[in-house]
This record gives sequence, C-alpha cells and structure tokens, in this order.
Amino acid sequence: MSVRLVYFAWVREKLGIAEETVTLPADVTSVAHVLAWQAGRGDQHAEVFRHGNGIVRVAVNQTHAQPSASVAGAREIAFFPPVTGG
Amino acid sequence: MAVRVQTADFDISREIAALSADRTDIGAVVTFTGLVRGVSAGVPLASMTLEHYAGMTEAELARVEAEALARWPLQASLIVHRVGLLLPGDNIVLVIAASPHRHAAFEAAAFLMDYLKSRAPFWKKEVDTAGTGTWVDARVTDADALERWK
Repeated sequence: MSVRLVYFAWVREKLGIAEETVTLPADVTSVAHVLAWQAGRGDQHAEVFRHGNGIVRVAVNQTHAQPSASVAGAREIAFFPPVTGG
Repeated sequence: MAVRVQTADFDISREIAALSADRTDIGAVVTFTGLVRGVSAGVPLASMTLEHYAGMTEAELARVEAEALARWPLQASLIVHRVGLLLPGDNIVLVIAASPHRHAAFEAAAFLMDYLKSRAPFWKKEVDTAGTGTWVDARVTDADALERWK
C-alpha cells in the first residue's frame, strides 16, 4: 500500500525533498522499522537517519508517534527534528 | 477556545476584547507573548523563519488546549502562532487564558506555552547578518519544563 512521506526543517533540506509517495516493504510495520528502512536508502538518508530513533521525530497521520507505534494502514508519515516553536 | 496559525501580526488588546466581549463572568486574563530576539548565542540576527506542519500544527495546538481545559476551569483561551519570515522584535506567539480567578489563568497560560514548545510542529531557522541560516536546536530545558505538569 502506498504512503505519503513528508519532511520538514533540516530533514527536508538535507534530503532535498519535501514529500514523496512510496510503497513500504511488507516487513516495515513500525515507526522504528520505517526509520531503519530510511537509513538504508542511500548515503544522504543514512546521515539523516543514522541516529536511528534518537534525533529524527516521526508523526503518523499527523500525530506524534513513538518508535514502537504501528504504521499499518498509515496514509501519511512525517519526519522532522525536535520541534522549536513558541 | 481557539487556535490560529498565521503570517500576520496580532494585536493583544483586540484579542482580549474579542475574547471577553458580551460577558462579565471572566475575572482574570493572563497573556503571554513571545518575541524574536535580536541576538542568538551572541550572534546578531537578521531574521528568523518559522516553518510548520500545516494540518498537524492546528490539531496539536487544539489537543494542547483541550488538555488545559481538562485541568483548569478556563472560560476562554486562545493560541496564535505566526509562521513565515519574522524580524527581531516581531511577535511570534500569543497565548491567552481566561478564568474566574487568577491562579488558574496563570497556570494554564504557562502550561499552554510549555506544551506548545515541546509538541507543536514548528521549526525556527535563524539567519544571521552574514546571511548564514541555522536551524534552532531544541532545548533540554523545554523538555524539562513539562515535568512539573506530570
């Protein structure tokens, strides 16, 4: 099933892309899996996602998601640095 | 109860007037305004750009507001957050909390800011006077600020 991936702030700048639509491998079922999958997509991705679950934050369907959260049936997954508003 | 994300500036007096129009039961209104500082870590700033995750931002601010409403007897609240290009001295964010008595209004306003800073998907990029842009790092103290509300 296809899912929309969106990127913000320095994650977007380093990857050089704001959004894309992909089909995740069948064994990618959690946020932690998605982060590991991203890190394996090339050198630039490896650098951005090298900290695994440490630096890049994830939202699934526009809600903050922990590494253990499921991505089954997700329509939109967002990747971004820790927020700095206010 | 309302949240707004906008590029335009806001007027505190006008917002308070709108919030308290046609009612006399409000006893306390606390406001917080965040401004763009002209110097960051000793470096003079030319500007700041606020990026956000449209859709999630509004949803997250509404969740933060609902959480405050569940904890304090608020009669009205408002969160306004600006996005886009801002200059030193510009307003960034406005939080208003209104209640019958001051303690709830003070606490709710502080809570709204602490939660907003750690949860709402905004990102600041500072540009110094040499034109170099730097994404602002999240502060550990902001995460620590949440602990007192646990």
